[in-house]
Amino acid sequence: MSSQPHRRALLESAEFRHLVGRRWRMSLVLSALLFALYYGYILLIATNRALLSRRIGDATTLGIPLGAAVIAGAWVLTAVYVVWANRYYDAEAARLRARAERD
Amino acid sequence: MQTTLGTPTPSAIVFFLVIVALTLAVTYWAARRTRSTREFYAAGRSIGPLQNGLALAGDYMSAASFLGIAGLVALRGYDGMIYATGWLVGWPALMFLIAEPLRNLGKFTFADVVAFRLRQAPVRVASAFGAMLTLLFYVLAQMVGAGNLIRLMFGLSYEWAVLSVGVVMLAYVLFGGMLATTWVQIIKAVLLLLGVSLLTGLVLWQFHFSPGALYASVARQYGQAALEPGGLVTDPVDAVSLGIALMLGLLGLPHILMRFYTVPDAKAARGSVLYATGFIAYFYLIIPIVGFGAAALVGRDAIRAIDAGGNMAAPLLAELLGGTPFLGFIAAVAFATILAVVAGLTLAGASALSHDIFTHAIRKGHASEHEQIRIARFATVGFGIGAVVLGMLFKGQNVAFMVGLAFAVACSANFPPLLLSIVWRRFNTAGAVTSILSGAVLSLLLILLSPTVWVDVLHYPAAVFPLRNPAIVSMPVSFLCGIAASLLTREPDAEVRFDDEKLRTYLGIGAE
Repeated sequence: MSSQPHRRALLESAEFRHLVGRRWRMSLVLSALLFALYYGYILLIATNRALLSRRIGDATTLGIPLGAAVIAGAWVLTAVYVVWANRYYDAEAARLRARAERD
Repeated sequence: MQTTLGTPTPSAIVFFLVIVALTLAVTYWAARRTRSTREFYAAGRSIGPLQNGLALAGDYMSAASFLGIAGLVALRGYDGMIYATGWLVGWPALMFLIAEPLRNLGKFTFADVVAFRLRQAPVRVASAFGAMLTLLFYVLAQMVGAGNLIRLMFGLSYEWAVLSVGVVMLAYVLFGGMLATTWVQIIKAVLLLLGVSLLTGLVLWQFHFSPGALYASVARQYGQAALEPGGLVTDPVDAVSLGIALMLGLLGLPHILMRFYTVPDAKAARGSVLYATGFIAYFYLIIPIVGFGAAALVGRDAIRAIDAGGNMAAPLLAELLGGTPFLGFIAAVAFATILAVVAGLTLAGASALSHDIFTHAIRKGHASEHEQIRIARFATVGFGIGAVVLGMLFKGQNVAFMVGLAFAVACSANFPPLLLSIVWRRFNTAGAVTSILSGAVLSLLLILLSPTVWVDVLHYPAAVFPLRNPAIVSMPVSFLCGIAASLLTREPDAEVRFDDEKLRTYLGIGAE
């Protein structure tokens, strides 16, 4: 384990702050997209029933693929975060961790 | 249609015995690997992302979502599908907001994270109160549901059903701890996904693998309205409030949060959410096909004749398409589902009582490993007995709102302090306690005064509080109370420790 002054230096380093900042920006952007996706769908149902009831097949309504798209979209957003974190975040975190342990 | 539902057929009994034997064998295996608290509460942090993803899905996909949503779609059409989407969207939010910090900061319970840099006793007691409240409502709904469903499917009396769920799940948790509970969840999740996939495949086969033909058949019998939004979402405020409870309530469910400590690190926690979200998304995508299939092939009247709520839509469909053996399989899977969910809740309840209250609040963190395990097992038995007693007491009561209540309390009392403790330096003991108590009290009070309880259960003519779900009011109030109380008091230690914990939160340095 690294000593106290080194921990402090790492905490205050521009790289660490940058990493934490990027992590939360990513989280908040994806959360905003998730909210728009789900609450947009709910509010669309509440305010524009006719649109969701529009037929796109013999009987199939537009609401059915839209509902499925909300579910699929939620999974895609999760996957975007995981791919980003596995590629960028983990590499950067490992680099900073190594620095803390080397010092 | 003729049905063997409600009579214990040989195939149902065989499938049921095979599942119970398999899970008890796993428990026997796990019991020999469960000696320390780390093993009892967190399966020795040995679970991989795929396994934990399946176990999270197992914890979350209850009999209520399997049988209930299929029934809702069968009887009310498209509205059931709207409801299904709400059950998924919490998972990405869990990923973005708390999964990794939760894993890095905690040890066994989410209270570990809330109390990390605060004064232990008050925060532990308050967190355990929020956790227990959530778990009790959740387990009560599960037990009453179990009694009714098992009676409908096997013909076993309500009391015997509740008691047998209590005894079998206690065996899992008491002897096998988290390791056994995790594998029971995995077995259940695989069986459930398999059963629902088979059912979906059989339905689509009937319609030459054309969902459009299935919808056309539903529309011919019940009118185009079955495929259009109906009465579920009429008031936008109420709909958003329910959406908030379902989405953010997940981020405060103790038995779900606890699963993140079973994996070795934050990367594995992240992977497990992706797997869980995938399995659960798949489940909610195909469940409406089962529901529409039941409406088209079994018929709404036949479904209602067995159970007015529609819970038997999926089992009846299974019998129609796959005969008695398939019905037996589906019934046994539903039983396994209930067992696994109740086991997960019991383990979470035991950890709140023993790890948070006993070890940290009473013993100030100084209890021997041996003593902690002993208390954990006592708490397990206590919670299990409590669950059975509650199930018996509430026989015949309308408890459908209890799951909604559990989510409302979780998102109002547990989620705000958890998020604030992760992101806000100034958050302190006063803030945590105030936020938990205000969220818990307000969500309880508002749901009591809402149409859900005041009118539907207590039969008063008009509700005092207009919304069916209180989350849109109680969650913001909990955040505001937590922020206000923190700003009114100072706890310099907590602020200094916030900086220290950042390396652990974001880099995993020093994580358990």
